[in-house]
Formats: sequence, structure tokens, C-alpha cells
Amino acid sequence: MGLLSDPSRRKVLTGLLTRLNTPICIVCYLAGIVWFMGLAFEPFTLRTYMSENAMGSTMVEERFSSGERALSLAKEFDAHKRKAGGMPVEWLVKAMQSRGLEVFTQSFSRKLPFPDENKERYMVRGTNVYGILRAPRAPRTEALVITAPCSPGNTNNQAVALLLALAQYFRNQIYWAKDIIFLVNEHDLIGTQAWLEGYHHTNITGMEYSPLQGRAGSIQAALSLELSSDVITSLDLVLEGLNGQLPNLDLANLFYAFCQKLGVLCTIQGKLQRNDWDTAEGYTHAAQTMMLMVLKQACGRSWGDHGLFLRYHIEAASVRGINSFRHYKTDATTIGRLLEGMVRKLNNLLERLHQSYFFYLLPSLSRFVSIGYYMPAFGLLAVILLLRVSFPGLCHCFSVSLQPSSPGVLTVLTPVVISHLTGVALYLLPVHLQEMAVEHFPVSETEAVVLTAIAIYTAGLALPHNTQRLLSGEGTEQGWKVLKLTALLYLAVLLGCTALINFSLGFILAVTLVPITASITPHMPKALYALVMVLLSPAFTILYCVFIYQELIEAPVSVSEGWMLFLSVISQGILDHALYGSLVYPLLALFIYPCWLMFWNILFWN
Amino acid sequence: MAAPLTLLLIVAVTIRAVLFRSSLAELISARVEVVSPLNAWKRVVEGLALLDLGVSPYSGDVFHETPLMIYLFHFTVDYAEIVFIVSAYFFRKQKYALESDRYSADCLELLRSPKEMFYIPLKVAMFYLLNPFTILSCVAKSTCGLNNAIIALFIFCTLKGSALLSGILLALATYQSIYPLTLFAPALLFFLQRLYIPVNLRRSSFWFFTLQYAFMYVGSLVVITGLSFFLLGSWDFIPSVYGFIFSVPDLTPNIGLFWYFFAEMFEHFRLFFSCVFQFNVFFYTIPLSIKLKEHPVFLIFMQIAIISIFKSYPTVGDVALYMAFLPAWSHLYRFLRNIFLVSCVLLACSALFPVLWHLWIYAGSANSNFYYAITLLFNFGQVKVFTTTWLTNCEWKNRWRNKVSLFINLY
Repeated sequence: MGLLSDPSRRKVLTGLLTRLNTPICIVCYLAGIVWFMGLAFEPFTLRTYMSENAMGSTMVEERFSSGERALSLAKEFDAHKRKAGGMPVEWLVKAMQSRGLEVFTQSFSRKLPFPDENKERYMVRGTNVYGILRAPRAPRTEALVITAPCSPGNTNNQAVALLLALAQYFRNQIYWAKDIIFLVNEHDLIGTQAWLEGYHHTNITGMEYSPLQGRAGSIQAALSLELSSDVITSLDLVLEGLNGQLPNLDLANLFYAFCQKLGVLCTIQGKLQRNDWDTAEGYTHAAQTMMLMVLKQACGRSWGDHGLFLRYHIEAASVRGINSFRHYKTDATTIGRLLEGMVRKLNNLLERLHQSYFFYLLPSLSRFVSIGYYMPAFGLLAVILLLRVSFPGLCHCFSVSLQPSSPGVLTVLTPVVISHLTGVALYLLPVHLQEMAVEHFPVSETEAVVLTAIAIYTAGLALPHNTQRLLSGEGTEQGWKVLKLTALLYLAVLLGCTALINFSLGFILAVTLVPITASITPHMPKALYALVMVLLSPAFTILYCVFIYQELIEAPVSVSEGWMLFLSVISQGILDHALYGSLVYPLLALFIYPCWLMFWNILFWN
Repeated sequence: MAAPLTLLLIVAVTIRAVLFRSSLAELISARVEVVSPLNAWKRVVEGLALLDLGVSPYSGDVFHETPLMIYLFHFTVDYAEIVFIVSAYFFRKQKYALESDRYSADCLELLRSPKEMFYIPLKVAMFYLLNPFTILSCVAKSTCGLNNAIIALFIFCTLKGSALLSGILLALATYQSIYPLTLFAPALLFFLQRLYIPVNLRRSSFWFFTLQYAFMYVGSLVVITGLSFFLLGSWDFIPSVYGFIFSVPDLTPNIGLFWYFFAEMFEHFRLFFSCVFQFNVFFYTIPLSIKLKEHPVFLIFMQIAIISIFKSYPTVGDVALYMAFLPAWSHLYRFLRNIFLVSCVLLACSALFPVLWHLWIYAGSANSNFYYAITLLFNFGQVKVFTTTWLTNCEWKNRWRNKVSLFINLY
């Protein structure tokens, strides 16, 4: 520690930090943004490659041919679905049994904290049907899952039918080393969650379900299939799971390899890969794909049925068939062959997928950015906070505040405690007060919850004026510096921990919060700065992300539509937290928002 | 003084009561940073259940508490939460009384003003009761809180000058976990200083008092051990408790340094390494005692710090124990140079422990190296606190000596 304990060198270092603090901070911020945007530039990325040995070396000849039969089965399934008015449980059970699977059902029910706009009711009840194909000559210790959701209306009929056709084809093969579970779940994520909880004997979300009668060993990998038309033009891969967790990159590599082999167009984020990386359009395209992935990962919800498997260490991905306006169409047989190939390769696994990356960003399906390359972008933003903390003025006042005579602790503690109490209110009250709100105002429950959340958020803005009155003490120069020090450290630790678990969320929050928090003092022009602070607060960050997301998926919205989407995003976030344990809403309400409120307090210190 | 102290006590008890009743209590009592195989409440309950069935609680290698502890809880198991809160109260009381024994000279710049000294007991109590580490430890119902209370009572009795009580309490603390054995030396030095017996190996008065104190200590230890034997009817508890502490068979990750090393090494070298690691804890007693002959209370602080860092199954409760003492040396604050950086490191590590645990165990994307890296950083921060305090104490002593000699020369 020579640098820090040698007094003369220490003085030089502190002098440098004092003089150049603001320029270094600005340079770091710009460098962080540029680094992040540069990640999509192709020469800075690596080509994807298959890391798992067991999956790379075998040559598989796919022979699935019952695509047409699958399509007629789809019509049959549709008819039975309409007749049953939901999931045709008996028909599915009979269909699976006739294909030689061991069939079991599971019923589940869940009381939603408030009626979702899609469901419009409090209680969701459903049944999952699953059939197990036992491996003929292997010990029944491992399993693979192929799942297709049973959705209302016209969607996903072909997926369920293809599932059944695959089951019939697989039953006649002798090379299976793992059991294969064919799962048809109702109510999308809720059904999948019930099935997974039943399978693993856990109860993390308060779901009620009947116990599973049949089981197949520990699940090594899962594939979710979404197919709504007879022919498709491309297959989309969905990787983002709950809390921004991603499956092992090998699963994406596997999908890409098979798409190349069978000549199927494959996309990610709905965007096709381009070859012209050296042109502006090529770069923008890759950057847009990467930004879409970042936005989807940051919102913390599971973008396909596969997302809930990831929590149980099961590598899972969703394959979605898209039918758009292209010449070349792929039929169901080819999709069946693709799935057959993928499942056969997964069958060869000796241990769970762990060789390839767990943290990555994909600017396209064949190029990836690993954590070692994208973390420095976040690191540069976090360094700004640390530079601000080590600003000698602040450092000195830390040692001064340790003396008992300074006003330090109590004046700092009050804003901290009040901010966190507001955060707790923001977390607890919207859901608990919805009945009261519905009684007094002509709104539905969902709107009541969301509007209560926004009301509490806005009410927090009025706090500094009230707490100053309450304290009846002068806002000392010392006081706000100590508060800023505490708040900067708190923000740095918070953003660091968030970035470790969900990089995209941490990065987006850092981009908007770091500039205002690093430069805030009570001596700035209050009105202007207050406006800037509100415009860069977490709620507005969500609003901007909604607009940017809509732009990127080429479905831009007007301001009022964007506002409605924003409200639905908030309600979805609260619902995800209650139903599946997503951590974005508690993180924002209990930690990020109080931290932002502390900085708001600093702005209005005197 | 009484009013702020009572307010502090009420606040601390409220926080603990609220957390006890919330759903966080189970979450906290499962965290490896807060409980260790030695002091987890789950294991105490298991031991009690075995005792009720008439089986020795030490069969099955789950329970590693001492017999007296199990009997204490046998009678108070329903009021376990109250026991823990009461022990926190005792601790605070001892801290408070500790401060009345400090002495001051008239070198203003180097020492604290009487006003500052007045506040120290309150600050010490605040540092302990409102320390998140202690709150977590109490809510998890880890018996670490009781161990801390016994050590605090021992320090209290030592400072009050009662050698017999101090010996008995030290024996109790040693009986709980072996490491407080090293506190024998500072306690002895304190009594010698108090009775104006010079520490001279040739003087008979020195040996007389040492033998007296050692006799009280060893005697109480023998009595307590014998009592345990008679309570349970067998000597099982010795290999289960003391053998467990020394041989470190359980390698559950915690905030200590042992688990990773012992998971990596070959069985052949296990004995050698456990000897080396355990020796590390006891090794610093003699040199520190020689150097800090005249400052036995500071020596107690140093020893407790060493024990908390280098013991085989540390938890955050042990860390909180020596951190609570820091305000007692507030006269050193002016000279503490890197304390800000070090405390930031410790705070960041405490926040990162659960994150990396989650990434390792639940998400499967990290592995034990990540968690051990944070453990190493945390212990490095603690060692830095230790060495910084030590160095500033030496510097303070030198400055004081210079000032005093200047003072004497003037007259």
C-alpha cells in the first residue's frame, strides 16, 4: 500500500483527483457509453462456437417425416379446444396415451393480487397435461422437457400438434438415454410455474397445485415451442428469462447450428442477421438487436415459457415460429427435424450445460459479447461514483463526522429513514389499498394499483420540504455533504450488486442515475435541476425504455399509447413479482427509489 | 445519560422484535454468514430433540454446542427470543460500565475532552446494539450472541477488579469456544497493573498472583467441565465440541478462511494445515502481550479481533463484537488514515456476500472462487482495521511520550 501510505505521493494523487475530478468523470461517462455502443461493432465481437464436447462431435441424420400428420392433428386439437372452452384435457390424455407415453395431469389454481388486463379475474385455474417417454435401456435419472403452451383462440395449435407428432416419432427410436417429458401447460407462465414447483417440491410463489403423480429424474434441458401457423418463414429464438437470467450460450449455438444445417431462417429479437457490418446500416442493425436484448433482459420478466426453468438450473430456450412476408417458406416437417436434431444432441449430454457462457449479449445469432467485454462499460460508470466519493472535500467530512460534536448522524439519518419508509410504502401500499381505491374512484383494480403507485411516487417528491419543516434545524453545509457521501456509496454498492445479477438493469439505471447524482449539490439552480432530476428518475427511465423498445421493434407508438403501455408495464411488473418472484419491482421500489429520494433531499437541502 | 441509553435500548428491542415476527427471520437464520455449524439455532433445536428422546445429543454429528448451553435452552426454549434480547442488553450494560475506567491526562490535543468521554459509553452501546451484524445474529437466534455476552461480562468483571469472577467467566467463555483462552494473558496483565505488581519474571509477587489467577481459572474450567460430564453422563461432548473446533470437519462456506483451503487440500496434509491454521490464532498472544504490557484493555481488543478473524467458524456476530469496541479508542480517530477506504470495502463486501452466494448456488453461473474472493477481501478489510488501529495506537503512544517528556522537562 505504498501509494496510499506515503504522504508525498498521496498528496500528489489527491491533488490530481481534486483538480481533474469533473473532467475525469465526464470522460469516464462518455467512454462508458461509447464502449457499450461499440460492443455491437462486429470486429469487437466473437463468433459463437459450440463449447460442449458432447454436443459437437456427433453427426445426426434426422428422419422425422410426419409434418402433414401434425397439421391435421392441429385442426383436431383446435376443434376440441373450442368444444372444451379451454384445455381439452381428456383428448390430450388419450392422444398421449395412444402414442405410448405415461400420461399424468396436474391441476393448479392461483389467486392473483389484482386482476390482470388479460385475465380480468382474480382466480386462475387450470390443468397441465404431461406425458413421459421412458428411455428404453437407460437408468431413469435424467430427463429432457419439450413444452408447448395451450393458448386460447387460434394460437399455438400447431405447436401442440407437432409435440404429439414428435412424441409418436420419438417413441419408435431406441437411442434415447434420457426420459423425455412432453408438457402441455395452460395459462402460459402460471401453468409452467405450477408444474416446475410440483416437480421440484418447492413452493416459492404461493401457488396451489396438486402433487405430480409421475416424475422422470433431474431435468437437464428444456425447449418451449410456439407455433401458430402451418408454414413459417423464420424461427425466432427467445433466450431472456426471469430476472434477466439467460440460458447457457451453447443452447443458442445448438439452435443456430441446426438452422444452418437444415436451411431454416433463424432470427433473434425478430431481426435477421446481416452481413454488411462495415456499413452504417449494418452496424445500426446489430446495435438495435443488442439494445432489444438489453431492454428485454432489464425488465426482468420471462419472455417465453422457458424463462421459469432457468431458476432451477435447467437450461431452456423458446423457439417461436414466425410467418411473415418472405418467399421461402419452411414446412412443419423441417421444424420437426430441427427439433429432433436438437433433442438428440441434448440427449448426448453427459452433464448439464456449463462449458459456455452464462452472461452474454447477442448482437446477432452468430456473434456474442461475453461478460468480460461488456462489464467494463458498467465499470466506467461505477468509477464515476467512486471518484466523486473520494473527492477530498467529502472524504474529510467523513472523518469529521465521526466526532460526536458534529451534527452529522441525526440530520443524515432522518432523510435516509424517511426515504426508505417511502420506498416501503411504494412497495406495499398499491396492492393493499386497491379495494379502498376502487370504492372511492371509478377505476378498475389494475388501474387503481398502478395509479396508487404513481401517486406515492409523486408524493415522495414533496418530502424534502416537509421534512425540513419537521427537523426545524438548519441545513448545514456539513449535513448535505455527509448525506451525499452516504447516498453515493449506497448507489455504487446497489448498482454493483444489480449489475452482477442483471447487467442490463444495472447498466440502464447507471446511465440515467450516475450523471445527476454525481453532480448534485444544493447550490445549483433548483428549478432546472429539479426538472432534470425528475426527467431522469427511475419512473421516467421506464417510460423512455418503453418508447425506445417500441421504436426498435418497428412499431412506434404515439404519446398516449406509450403512456398506456407504460401503465401496463408497471402493472405487469407488480404482477410478475407476485406471481413468479421477479425482483425488478422490489429492487426499484425498496432500494433505487429511496436512493433517488435521498439525492432529491440533497437538492432541496436548504 | 440514562435517557438516551433507554431510548437506544427501546429502539434496538423494537427492531429485533419486528424482525423476529416477520418472514425475514427464517431467511436470515439460513444465511451462512450469520450462523455457523457451531452456533446455529437449528442445531440447538436438534440437540434438544435428541436430549428429549434420551439419546446423547452429540450422536449424529449435528450438534456442537456445550452441555451447559443445551440445558440452558432446555428450560428456556419457549422464550428463546427473549433470552437473546436480554443477552444483548447485558452486553450493552458491560460496555457502558467499561468506560468509567478510562483515565485521562492533560494533553489536550492528543486525548479526548471530558465531554467526548461522556459520550463514549453511549456510542459503544449504539455501535453494538444498532449494528446490522448484531441484529442479524440476534434474529437468527445464533448462540454467538450469548458467547459475546459472556465475553462482555468477563471484561466487565476484569475492569471492576474482581479476579475470581473474571476467572470464572473466562473459564465459561473458554468452555464455550476454546479461543478466549488467549484472553487469559491480557486479564492477568490488567490485574497485575491494578495491584501494582511489576511484570518481572524474577519477582515472587508476580508468580504468586499469576498462580492464584491461573488456579481460579483452571479450577473453574475443571468444575464446569466436570459439571457437564455429570449432566450428560459421558465425555462425548469433548470430541464433539472441541474436536470439532480444532479439526474443522465441516466445510460449509462461511466468512472465514478455513473452508476453501480445507476443501482443496489432500487428506494427507490435513493435520498439518489444521495445526498451522489453529496455531495462527494463538500465536499472536505472546508478542502482543509483551508489546502491550501497559495497555491490557487495548490488548483485549486486539485479541478479540484476532480471534474473530482467524477462528475456524467465524460469523458476523464475532465481527460485531470487536467493532463495538472501536469508539472506546476515539482518541485515535484523528490518526486513522485509511479507515474510510477500509470501511467502504467492508460495507461493499457485506453487500456482495449474498449476491455471490445467489450467483453460485442458485443461478449456477459463479462458483466457490467468487465467494471466497469476497471472503478474502472481507478478512483483508478486517485485518486492515486491526493493523490501522494498532499502528495509530503506537503512534499515539509515541506522541504522548514525547509530549509528556516535554512537559516534564519544562518543569
